[in-house]
Amino acid sequence: MLKIKIALFAGFVAVAGALSPATAQEAHHNLVPEKQNWSFSGPFGTYDHAQLQRGYRVFREVCSNCHSMKFMAFRNLADKGGPEFSESQVKALAAEYKIKDGPNDAGEMYERAGRASDYFPWTFANPEAAKAANGGALPPDMSVLAKARSFHRCDWFPCDVSNALLDVVTQYQEHGPDYIVGLLNGYATPPAGEEIAPGLNYNLVMPGNKIAMAKPLSDGQVDYTDGTPKTAVQYSRDVAAFLMWAAEPKLEERKKTGFRAMVFLILFATLMWFVKRRVWADVAH
Amino acid sequence: MSGHSSYTPSNGFSRWLDNRLPIVRLAHDSFVSYPTPRNLNYFWTFGGILSLMLVAQIVTGIVLVMHYTPESTMAFGSVEHIMRDVNYGWLLRYLHANGASMFFVAVYLHMFRGLYYGSYKAPREVLWILGVIIFLLMMATGFMGYVLPWGQMSFWGAKVITSLFSAIPIVGDSVTTWLWGGYSVDNPTLNRFFSLHFLLPFMIAGVVILHVWALHVVGQNNPSGVEVTDVNKDTVAFTPYATTKDGFAMLCFLIFYSWFVFYVPNFLGHADNYIPANALVTPAHIVPEWYYLPFYAILRAVPSKLGGVIAMFSAIALLAFLPWLDTSKVRSATFRPVYRAFFWILVIVCLGLGYLGSQPPTDGTTFVARIFTSYYFMHFLVILPLLGLFETPLKLPTSIADAILAKTGSAAAMGHAAVAEPNTKG
Ligand code: HEC
Ligand code: HEM
Repeated sequence: MLKIKIALFAGFVAVAGALSPATAQEAHHNLVPEKQNWSFSGPFGTYDHAQLQRGYRVFREVCSNCHSMKFMAFRNLADKGGPEFSESQVKALAAEYKIKDGPNDAGEMYERAGRASDYFPWTFANPEAAKAANGGALPPDMSVLAKARSFHRCDWFPCDVSNALLDVVTQYQEHGPDYIVGLLNGYATPPAGEEIAPGLNYNLVMPGNKIAMAKPLSDGQVDYTDGTPKTAVQYSRDVAAFLMWAAEPKLEERKKTGFRAMVFLILFATLMWFVKRRVWADVAH
Repeated sequence: MSGHSSYTPSNGFSRWLDNRLPIVRLAHDSFVSYPTPRNLNYFWTFGGILSLMLVAQIVTGIVLVMHYTPESTMAFGSVEHIMRDVNYGWLLRYLHANGASMFFVAVYLHMFRGLYYGSYKAPREVLWILGVIIFLLMMATGFMGYVLPWGQMSFWGAKVITSLFSAIPIVGDSVTTWLWGGYSVDNPTLNRFFSLHFLLPFMIAGVVILHVWALHVVGQNNPSGVEVTDVNKDTVAFTPYATTKDGFAMLCFLIFYSWFVFYVPNFLGHADNYIPANALVTPAHIVPEWYYLPFYAILRAVPSKLGGVIAMFSAIALLAFLPWLDTSKVRSATFRPVYRAFFWILVIVCLGLGYLGSQPPTDGTTFVARIFTSYYFMHFLVILPLLGLFETPLKLPTSIADAILAKTGSAAAMGHAAVAEPNTKG
């Protein structure tokens, strides 16, 4: 048995050796985004509603100039487990927009003020217009963007496997918002010798290090009324939290239901275990 | 289903029904009085768990269908509609998506249990082959289900896998076009995959019935691998013994499942599948779902496309021939020390292939994947046939009761719980 174990271990080392050069070839000097402290992480996580309201403001004033968020309606801003704006605030927020509606009885399209039931409109008439305005790059829709981006903390064996297992056990699911914060703060001057084509920007976090979006946030750009520091870093965290909510609006409900389900299942399983033990008590097996 | 029935209808109505449709008798004989070996360990609970998962997938799937739109411009949005607007839609979808993964966790444990304890050997060959068919149908179902949300991985996964058929000489391209319903993966492809994704689980349910039927004809294998000789000494009645044990195992499995559904629901998926399908943008790294990864690694390990496809399908088909490839008379690895070592090597090789399948192919990974792929086939085609001829197994217990005696060291309570009904089987 010992011999087999030694052989297995030798095999493991050989395999790890064969896999590691793979990473050297692959390396695209990407900065691994830092882990942020999110109120919504962990089994009892909930959104920080004030943060979501600030995040909406940043989205509204900055990101929505280019990005759409088509699965989100104004009414959702009042939903429980979201930014929880009041009904009247939502009405006012929606009314800031002009919505194209129609056709009316005369067969004509017309513009009207936005209502709570409207979905977020997009600045651009179509993706082609968005591309034309952004040097050929399409700003991705933001409805599920926070779930559509991820990253690996390392890509060599067995670090990648152990990190993945650790993520399951520690319930680390915030790769998306961490990535967004990293990206928004990842703009830097390119290293000497690196050519950056016009219209592209150097970013430490973006795969390939080149991104068509210019640094969207700067200090003092968005007005906060609740005394929160008006810094680009703070904006990035707030907007990332808002994007996470947009992508996973039922997160609070999910975690709350999960806790109840877990308590129920664990009690039921414990009970079942005692029943099973009693049933089998007088049977050798 | 074999042997005498111990069912006695208790009232006028059940007597009346029993003379016309003995369905209660069938259920009683299958799930109450059915004798199960008393030494089964928890690896024998995965059959029940799999049945539970099949029902869970069908129930959540049917409700999802009520809200889902199988049309290429609307599918992605309809899944988001389920996640946002349908009451408990997020729960249904996460249960269904993670349920598919849990289904495969259970089936892999179930299959490796069979490999370890030699459950595929006579008289259980048909039972085993039916299992391989279920596994194939599950792979097809899971693949087509993953296409339905119509994200980037849905689209490109479908493209990669269906393109494999173009490797078939002469007719390959026509077959691929026929599968796609056009000249690329598009709306017709989504429509037919949806139709088949709805159908296949019911075919699985049909084969599961055959599988359980075959099981009840030949009886369960057990950790000692020796057959039941004396029903009174070797077995206990399904109810309450197996029911309570299976029930406990199912609850533990549900806790594990819930952890994923409620706390890390997207861990087993891929972030790219939250990007709507786009035929013009190829993802940096196309990977199938985790449960196909070992086979995907085998596919990529072979230098020729056709060769890869053949190797991948043979890797599964091979399992159907296992009853005849393994020449040993002894079933359980408990009494086959050398086989036991090879079994664990196979487990490591399969896990290794799974890992390699998830990695971008490089010289290093391809090299290791080739060694592992060769080993996988060697295990079944060379090691198993030869091992049966050369290995000296340990001394087998004469009966299950004997095996338990050796383990617990006490004769106490032996034969005491002979609740199983007399049975002609042995
Ligand atoms: C001037 C237009 C513009 C504004 C304003 C803007 N973006 Fe972008 N954004 C883009 C474009 C264009 C892309 C596509 C970049 C590419 O593909 O290289 C993009 C891409 C992104 C991406 C995806 C990067 C990736 O990994 O592919 C994120 C995340 C993002 N933007 C976040 C934001 C946030 C948050 C804001 C608001 C604070 C914002 N953007 C404001 C134009 C904009
Ligand atoms: C053998 C059982 C089944 C398996 C293994 C399975 C597997 C899957 C998988 C992997 C997905 C993709 C999930 C995602 O990423 O979103 C899916 C989606 C879906 N399945 Fe199933 N499924 C099964 C049974 C069924 C049944 C019986 C139905 C309906 C009759 C069904 C209906 C659907 C629908 C409508 C979707 C799309 C919605 C969504 O993506 O969440 N499934 N299935």
